[in-house]
Amino acid sequence: MSIKLLLEKAHVEGIRYFDVYRREGGYRSVEKALKEMGPEAIVEEVKKSGLRGRGGAGFPAGMKWSFIAKPEGVPRHLVCNADESEPGTFKDRYLMEFIPHLLIEGLIVSSFALGSNDTYIYIRGEYAWIVDILEQAISEAKNNGFLGNNILGTGFNCNIHVQRGAGAYICGEETALIESLEGKRGNPRIKPPFPAVQGVWMRPTVVNNVETLAAVVPIINMGGEEYAKIGVGRSTGTKLISACGNINKPGVYEIDMTISVEEFIYSDEYCGGIANGKKLKACIPGGSSVPILPANLLLKTAKGETRYMNYESLSDGGFATGSMMGSGGFIVLDEDQCVVRHTLSLARFYRHESCGQCSPCREGTGWMEKILKNIEYGKGKLSDIDLLWDIQRKIEGNTICPLGDAAAWPVAAAIRHFRDEFEWHVLHPEEAQQ
Amino acid sequence: MVKFSEEQLAEFNRLVSRYPEGKQKSALLPVLHLAQDSFGGWLSAETMDYVAEMLQISSIEVYEVATFYSMYNLKPVGKYMFEVCQTGPCMLRGSDDIIAYIGEKLGIKPGETTSDGMFTLKTVECLGACGYAPMMQLGKHYREHLTREKVDAIIEECRSKAANMN
Ligand SMILES: NC(=O)C1=CN([C@@H]2O[C@H](COP(=O)(O)OP(=O)(O)OC[C@H]3O[C@@H](n4cnc5c(N)ncnc54)[C@H](O)[C@@H]3O)[C@@H](O)[C@H]2O)C=CC1
Ligand SMILES: Cc1cc2nc3c(=O)[nH]c(=O)nc-3n(C[C@H](O)[C@H](O)[C@H](O)COP(=O)(O)O)c2cc1C
Ligand code: SF4
Ligand code: FES
Repeated sequence: MSIKLLLEKAHVEGIRYFDVYRREGGYRSVEKALKEMGPEAIVEEVKKSGLRGRGGAGFPAGMKWSFIAKPEGVPRHLVCNADESEPGTFKDRYLMEFIPHLLIEGLIVSSFALGSNDTYIYIRGEYAWIVDILEQAISEAKNNGFLGNNILGTGFNCNIHVQRGAGAYICGEETALIESLEGKRGNPRIKPPFPAVQGVWMRPTVVNNVETLAAVVPIINMGGEEYAKIGVGRSTGTKLISACGNINKPGVYEIDMTISVEEFIYSDEYCGGIANGKKLKACIPGGSSVPILPANLLLKTAKGETRYMNYESLSDGGFATGSMMGSGGFIVLDEDQCVVRHTLSLARFYRHESCGQCSPCREGTGWMEKILKNIEYGKGKLSDIDLLWDIQRKIEGNTICPLGDAAAWPVAAAIRHFRDEFEWHVLHPEEAQQ
Repeated sequence: MVKFSEEQLAEFNRLVSRYPEGKQKSALLPVLHLAQDSFGGWLSAETMDYVAEMLQISSIEVYEVATFYSMYNLKPVGKYMFEVCQTGPCMLRGSDDIIAYIGEKLGIKPGETTSDGMFTLKTVECLGACGYAPMMQLGKHYREHLTREKVDAIIEECRSKAANMN
């Protein structure tokens, strides 16, 4: 039986409203954290929990929090990253839409731990109706003494503000997000300095994903050690996976990271198998930026071992035969899908989203799209496949932010595992044109 | 002449108050949304200059932001904008067919507006609704699990809404 820490109450009637959420045990972690624990003790619990950033990079949350600089007299800020724009990823939306108070609760505890009196939620501009849901939750929390001045009589002041983006994938990258929050174009900054040292308005800032901050609630309620017992190895706790593509039951699932990929795809509790009785062809298990895997390498590692839905197992084999957990956007392709076409669509996405600051990314994403288009529509040459390989290699590692890598990896993996499909397009131009 | 109404001005002040003293430029993105919604669904040079004046920043700071983000319209758009997602996960569930169908029904290509100014068709990249594909954004909300029948109904819905407004 699966363990649910985040979505357990998501379907309780009226859980979106404070009274119901509170009746179901909500905001207990705020009482415990503010009255019985201090900021250091909270950071300690989060460290013990082993919680890793759910935005994609998997950086240990407690460690990041302990890195925040504390210069005398300079305000610090917590920023919640709700930009969620990685193709295949829609888990944060689900959490905010159905159980918004869980995020607000996590934000209050985390703001207290980090000493943030003004906390910002940066949400992608298209999630306009969710802004209303969050603002409603914030005002309810405030009316009940959980936000505003002197929260629960502890002397802690905190306000949460929701800022809408305006359509730019790059603003999910934390330094681009900070620029955007300051009212500028979303051009990433060079790291280091990390935001924990110099973030919004040059003040120390912690940026965390929605799911990471929501997970702080069960961690405080149950204790970091108990939380760490769930899962396996360095993949502790539960993870939200948003599953889409050619499966019977697309949706958001909370998993305990001990289940196998096979169980996740075929069990009725999760994806319910491949749609229309088709066969599984390939899958991008962690959002569009991570390598695509053919069915055989998805279900079993190159060594023939079962592959599991956790950080370590999904990356087993490195990029040669593995992939990554990433943001948890699980995209499934059935046997009828064309990998070249899908890769072209992702290449177009990255070309569209490149901020244009670095030439390898700006030019490279454009070239990759163009060459892929030629191949897809039967106008390519065999040497184009090598050219494509060459371009992606020249982007990787040569840019300010990882969007360049994110654009390169899907192309590399598609060629690595499905070269025959690229060749087929070149050798059968007439059929490819259809 | 563009000018915020009393009510819009109150919202403007609320937006600016969320940031520290002297950091009012931070309110630029939300203020541009407000301006776009208030002044005809797009950002004219006049609107952008007004926003610059209101936030006490230079016009160029507004232009460079307005041109960077995809949700700001720099040209007039139809009363109803169908923003259909075309990225991989939606494509796997037939978004290409939906885009072609809408184009056929309305007699326009992506990026165009119908001659009566009613509809604009736009293709967009992943909107975070991949599990409910194919989908589109219509105003503040998403329309998901699109089929040809649903598209027909949505077009009807818009037409009758517009008729009732007149
Ligand atoms: N959820 C989504 O929609 C998307 C997620 N992603 C994911 O984003 C990932 C890349 O994100 P990045 O932020 O560039 O990764 P990163 O590894 O540079 O940083 C991860 C986090 O750890 C912090 N950090 C790392 N070292 C630190 C240090 N020494 N001191 C203080 N803080 C430190 C960073 O500030 C950041 O918050 C990719 O792996 C991808 O999976 C990418 C696109 C979209
Ligand atoms: C191009 C790009 C887009 C990103 N988009 C998001 C995003 O939408 N949401 C998110 O939480 N992190 C995103 N990230 C990762 C953030 O930079 C950062 O690592 C994350 O917000 C930290 O939170 P976490 O430690 O809780 O995961 C993105 C990174 C890159 C390079
Ligand atoms: S890698 Fe691409 S998106 Fe990132 S800073 Fe450079 S040009 Fe911009
Ligand atoms: S791919 Fe269309 S909403 Fe994500």
